[in-house]
Amino acid sequence: MTKRRVVVTGLGAVTPVGNGVAATWQNIVAGKSGITRITRFDASALASQIAGEVKDFDATQYIPAKDARRMDRFIHLGMAAGIEAFKDSGIEVTEANADRIGVCVSSGIGGLPSIEETQNEYLAGGPRKISPFFIAGTIINMISGNLSIMFGLRGPNFAVVSACTTGTHSIGEAMRMIQYGDADVMVAGGAESTVCPLAVGGFAASRALSTRNDDPATASRPWDKDRDGFVLGEGAGVLVLEEYEHAKARGARIYAEVAGYGMSADAYHITAPNMDGPKRSMLNAMRDAGVGASDVQYVNAHGTSTPLGDKNESDAIKAAFGDHAKKLVVNSTKSMTGHLLGGAGGIESLFSVLAIHNQISPPTINIFEQDPECDLDYCANTARDMRIDVAMNNNFGFGGTNGTLVFRKV
Amino acid sequence: MSNNEQRVRKIVAEQLGVNESEIKNESSFVNDLGADSLDTVELVMALEEEFGVEIPDEDAEKITTVQQALDYVNAHSK
Repeated sequence: MTKRRVVVTGLGAVTPVGNGVAATWQNIVAGKSGITRITRFDASALASQIAGEVKDFDATQYIPAKDARRMDRFIHLGMAAGIEAFKDSGIEVTEANADRIGVCVSSGIGGLPSIEETQNEYLAGGPRKISPFFIAGTIINMISGNLSIMFGLRGPNFAVVSACTTGTHSIGEAMRMIQYGDADVMVAGGAESTVCPLAVGGFAASRALSTRNDDPATASRPWDKDRDGFVLGEGAGVLVLEEYEHAKARGARIYAEVAGYGMSADAYHITAPNMDGPKRSMLNAMRDAGVGASDVQYVNAHGTSTPLGDKNESDAIKAAFGDHAKKLVVNSTKSMTGHLLGGAGGIESLFSVLAIHNQISPPTINIFEQDPECDLDYCANTARDMRIDVAMNNNFGFGGTNGTLVFRKV
Repeated sequence: MSNNEQRVRKIVAEQLGVNESEIKNESSFVNDLGADSLDTVELVMALEEEFGVEIPDEDAEKITTVQQALDYVNAHSK
């Protein structure tokens, strides 16, 4: 069976460095950090008191106030990015095409802040205090559900959950839906919003977070020798994927092709990384795309700024790419956004697509002294104009789950 | 307009996402103001919160209009 080709025709983002794709991308290329001390709640008792919060975001600009009140913030952010992406694509929903347009915008954790609040209300006032909208406002498939209702998208509708690989798997599975013929258009990506005591406290308890509380803007420093953990971020990144002939026929703007998708499991440890799993994920994606190692110029790395993870990924890239690894630009935009968990694959796929579209690699900021054990070209501190025909995005998650997407210039 | 009436109308407007000017005392939540069954459950919770009363389910089922809500809180709020 000849695979149907899938291209990207719409982009949407809400991130710690900007609301909307234009503001986000401008700040990413300029190397601006979105990390600050936590403002959402009093974090003074926690080991990590910093995060990449989305700033000045008004959900009612996107969603009627009555509905917005009943949704957790991750749904607000995911819908805002989904709405921007769908409008950007210029697709008009008609009776003829509505059944062929689907949504897979997912989240790794879901509505944890609302779960916390509702538990507190329950403890204080009993079961009568639980809102009838509590469940529908917190479960993970409700970005997809609400976007379908807003735009009348009657095709496949679901979410994928795989921790920090969620966004990448969502886009990969959506690509497969189009290749297989279940849909012609898929709105796909990831969103997360867990700047709340249980999430920050939980990740801090697992010793995953940076504790550089006195200098938030430099706390996320992938491949720097003094990196001390990831910084939690929130936000959403959404792509509109479309079958190539369908996009061409309506004269759509094509940002890039989604050329390949690979997955793997480490089968090793619940949180510690392993080199073999990411390596196989990258190789699977390259094989699916029909590209060789030397065809790739840019990798948007998982690069979370943890001591173990960053070295592991560098080693995995060397194992997957061989000698060509040294010629790649390996970039971590998490140095600016922090780690969006289930949203990471959404915004980082978007950044990979924009890297191709604009022929530029964003910088990895905060590399003050590069770790000698991490010896690739990380595009340290300044963006670089460069030829990018093929870009790769990696994301890895708790449980040892790996996902890789390959994007190609059209 | 009584103080209670103003408070009820404000809650109905907020909960159901309608302008206060559209709300009449005889308005039915479902038939006139676009509420569904879950909206009315949440509306009763908001009335309980605002007026410090507990409205049993069998009473809540009978509150289907703005006037019925107002009558209930007038009779039961402290």
